Amino acid sequence: MIALLLRDLRLAVRAGGGFGLGLAFFLIVTVLVPFGVGPETGLLSRIAPGVLWIGALLACLLSLDRILALDWEDGSLDLLATAPLPMEGIVTVKALAHWLTTGLPLVLAAPLLGVLLSLPPGGYLWVMVSLAVGTPALSVIGTFGAALTVGLKRGGLLLSLLVLPLYVPTLIFGAEVARRGAEGLAVETPLLMLGGVSAGVIALLPFASAAVLRINLR
Amino acid sequence: MMLTVRDLAVSRGGVPVLEGVSFDLAPGRALVLRGPNGCGKTTTLRTVAGLQPPFEGTIEGAGERIAYAAHSDGLKSMLSVTENLRFWAQVFGTTDIAPALRDFDLEGLADRLAGNLSAGQKRRLGLARLMVTGRPVWVLDEPTVSLDTASVALFAAAVRRHLAEGGSALIATHIDLGIPEAEIFDMTPYKAAPRAAVQDEAFL
Repeated sequence: MIALLLRDLRLAVRAGGGFGLGLAFFLIVTVLVPFGVGPETGLLSRIAPGVLWIGALLACLLSLDRILALDWEDGSLDLLATAPLPMEGIVTVKALAHWLTTGLPLVLAAPLLGVLLSLPPGGYLWVMVSLAVGTPALSVIGTFGAALTVGLKRGGLLLSLLVLPLYVPTLIFGAEVARRGAEGLAVETPLLMLGGVSAGVIALLPFASAAVLRINLR
Repeated sequence: MMLTVRDLAVSRGGVPVLEGVSFDLAPGRALVLRGPNGCGKTTTLRTVAGLQPPFEGTIEGAGERIAYAAHSDGLKSMLSVTENLRFWAQVFGTTDIAPALRDFDLEGLADRLAGNLSAGQKRRLGLARLMVTGRPVWVLDEPTVSLDTASVALFAAAVRRHLAEGGSALIATHIDLGIPEAEIFDMTPYKAAPRAAVQDEAFL
């Protein structure tokens, strides 16, 4: 399992591995939004938590089809399936590697990009906390979508369509935590809901991902 | 017996392609599957490897004893030869990759990226992976594709060593491998009689 995680991380940071793709996209979105909505600080700081969350979500979405498709194309997914690793473990490790290379950099970059959107001072902590709690769910749900569409030609479109509705609860509660934090309101309720969504999908979806992957490999 | 297959029927896309296949594989023996294209060799091997459930019949002794090598080698082009091999060794819980590198003449290529290898060199690396699995039953699908004569000889020698150590091998191939221990198993007589397409139950 650790070998698989290390291999995925090593592949992600080598040339062509796609590390930084999500981060660059996140940067582009947050840099472009102030140009689009105008340099009005009040408006920008009001929409900043939401923009950061949407940017992070789309950045995550961008790299989902790489989670399993590359291993499927070169045949390593078949070989992994016959290896002594449980399929549930394989998809969990794949999701973890995706989060470490995509989600975690977004969490760390969010405060820097918050400056560009004149995020209120109280918001920095809660943007980071909400992304840290919410992005693991994005990776796990994304791995489920990748398992459903692995082997399909041009499965990326279908993958996005399947995954986006499942991302909505995380987006709603995550952005709500960030917004309330930025406005100095109590964040407990949406934070608990966000944590609940993440805990639920991390506990359950690997089993679903493994089941659909077994069927898709036939 | 390493592997016992009884009355196996396999299906491709919900349509049975082979039925009534029975064979035994003893330690130290190799079985070479022969048959025209599309007769179900790959499907049989995938079923034995556990990637696909049997349509009918039973397979005993498979599971954790199978090392499967498919048409694709499962190599990562951005990892070196050593890194690729070491990864599979770790997955299968073994550590020593030196004999595999030596037997498939990969020592001079150890630090090259797999993406820079020729097709035949990649194939040799894919076959070297079998040696680091430490598993007794090798299930090989067209292992000699893109190998030159010298590399086929390396491969045959590796298989013979594996058999001599008490392992066994199930190989689908069209060429003569030069393995005297191998028996030929012709799949042509087991072609399934036409029947209506049956939906895969997982999709119902």
